[in-house]
Amino acid sequence: MTNQRHRILKFIFLIALTLIMLYPVIWLFLGSVKANNEIFAGGRILPSVWKWENYKAGWYALPRFTFGTFFMNTFKLVFFVVLGSIVSTTLAGYAFARLDFPFKNLLFTVLLATLMLPEQVLLVPRYVLFSKLGWVNSYKALTIPAFFGQFSGGFFIYLMTQFIRGIPRELDEAAVVDGCGTFRIFWHVILPNCKPVVFSVGLFAFMWSWNDFLNQLLYINDVGRFTVSLGLRLFLDSAAAVSWGSLFAMSILTLIPVIFVFYVGQEFLVDGIATTGLKG
Amino acid sequence: MVNMLKDRFAQGSRVGRNNMTAFLFLAPWLIGIFVFTLWPFITSFTMSLQETNLFVSKWVGLENYKQLLSDRRFIKSIQVTLKFVFLSVPLKLAFALFVAVMLKERFRGVNFFRSALYFPSLIGGSVAVAAMWTQLFGLRGVINDVVGIFGIRPRSWIADPSTALYTLVILAVWQFGSSMVIFLSGLNNIPQSLYEAAEIDGASRLRRFFHITLPMLSPIILFNLVLQTIGAFQTFTQAFIITKGGPLNETLFMVLYIYNKAFTASEMGYASALSWVLLFIILAFTLLILRTSKYWVYYEAE
Repeated sequence: MTNQRHRILKFIFLIALTLIMLYPVIWLFLGSVKANNEIFAGGRILPSVWKWENYKAGWYALPRFTFGTFFMNTFKLVFFVVLGSIVSTTLAGYAFARLDFPFKNLLFTVLLATLMLPEQVLLVPRYVLFSKLGWVNSYKALTIPAFFGQFSGGFFIYLMTQFIRGIPRELDEAAVVDGCGTFRIFWHVILPNCKPVVFSVGLFAFMWSWNDFLNQLLYINDVGRFTVSLGLRLFLDSAAAVSWGSLFAMSILTLIPVIFVFYVGQEFLVDGIATTGLKG
Repeated sequence: MVNMLKDRFAQGSRVGRNNMTAFLFLAPWLIGIFVFTLWPFITSFTMSLQETNLFVSKWVGLENYKQLLSDRRFIKSIQVTLKFVFLSVPLKLAFALFVAVMLKERFRGVNFFRSALYFPSLIGGSVAVAAMWTQLFGLRGVINDVVGIFGIRPRSWIADPSTALYTLVILAVWQFGSSMVIFLSGLNNIPQSLYEAAEIDGASRLRRFFHITLPMLSPIILFNLVLQTIGAFQTFTQAFIITKGGPLNETLFMVLYIYNKAFTASEMGYASALSWVLLFIILAFTLLILRTSKYWVYYEAE
């Protein structure tokens, strides 16, 4: 009897908590389809008229460039970060998991140390380096490090290494008997068995580079090259006299890709989050 | 004898070739770690001993560090950051643990609750959420409608120096989902038999929590504590967009101050010195947590 009551209370509490937690997002969404004077009026939760045209107004709200440009830019940027991260970290993960080489332990310790290193220490000198290389105001500063395993590389390579260690060695040995060398083992044995971890590295890289703000802020100056984060901030700073509804509409749109990717890849991500504790 | 030598030789060259191949696989990361991480890491220190912007530089020794001691905004930034860490991390973890315990058992709708409560963590770092928070806690925001019920006068919680930092603390706690997921996986690893035995002994729900759940989960608590502390010290985006460090520097986080010094004031040497101080503070806290962990983290003796 008390157990039953306990369960009901718990259920009610959880529903209330979920409502409170999600209310800001619901408010944001409903605000995106409300008229300007209704958003902050209080009292009414649902809009009296669903103003879907806020989405169109927001899309074209900034002069010279639409949000279409910002979305294309971001997809381009994210594509290269994902590709670079997958290529460089599978290679390194394979080396750490399966191959023998001098200073292996030392290098693995360095890898783990970079997991703990706060990026802010590198902020200024990296900026100096990239500006000397002429990479400022292009996507190079944001994408090229990924090809060298330096976009959350420590974490990704760690994930890869742990995963590859779990692939039965018999598979490698059988391939050796068949006359495969290191490269062919990597290509024909390891890679096909790595699909889940490759997938989760790709998803993490997608979500983190999509949401990254500080680096985009530093390295991209031309509005024509802006990402959605930068575009949204520009909109926010100039929104004083503009419609809040359309600002909210664009906010919702910028969230959708991350939400979509997360719920598509949920099962692959949860393990990664659980073993490393990093944000989704 | 000759055969042995031959074998040896063959073996040696094969090992040599294996090394070469290994380094080929490792090459991208190895180049990357030197060029994009270790080198900047070292120059970050040498820069902190210089007065420098992008174009000129002059060695000044420890001058930047001396200057820090009398920089009131620097001291303010440390106070703000520490206050944020001390408030947001324990609250977030307590909340995450509390909810994780509720969601441990399987029941109808449990997956919905897990996903829904994780959701804020997923989007919390974005500019969109920052824009939303600005409006929620603004003068005309929903928060004022809610507290108005209790007779509290409406105000802009973000523009008020006495409340601005708390709006960011709430935003951090709102994102308890990622810690919750880690706690959930930890809770699932606690053997059910312990609870069954305790129940037979007549231990109450509360006793079971304090005598089984907490000790068994303490390694995961440690893990979460370290991660969240390091993360909280690095807060930037939300403060940059929502409060811009204001009002009256009440939300001037250390990373925000580093950013301002380096990229607005172009004092890159000084900013590097700031970032080294940040590094040492983070390191000190991490070590402190790890050192004290032996008093409160329970490891099964096996």
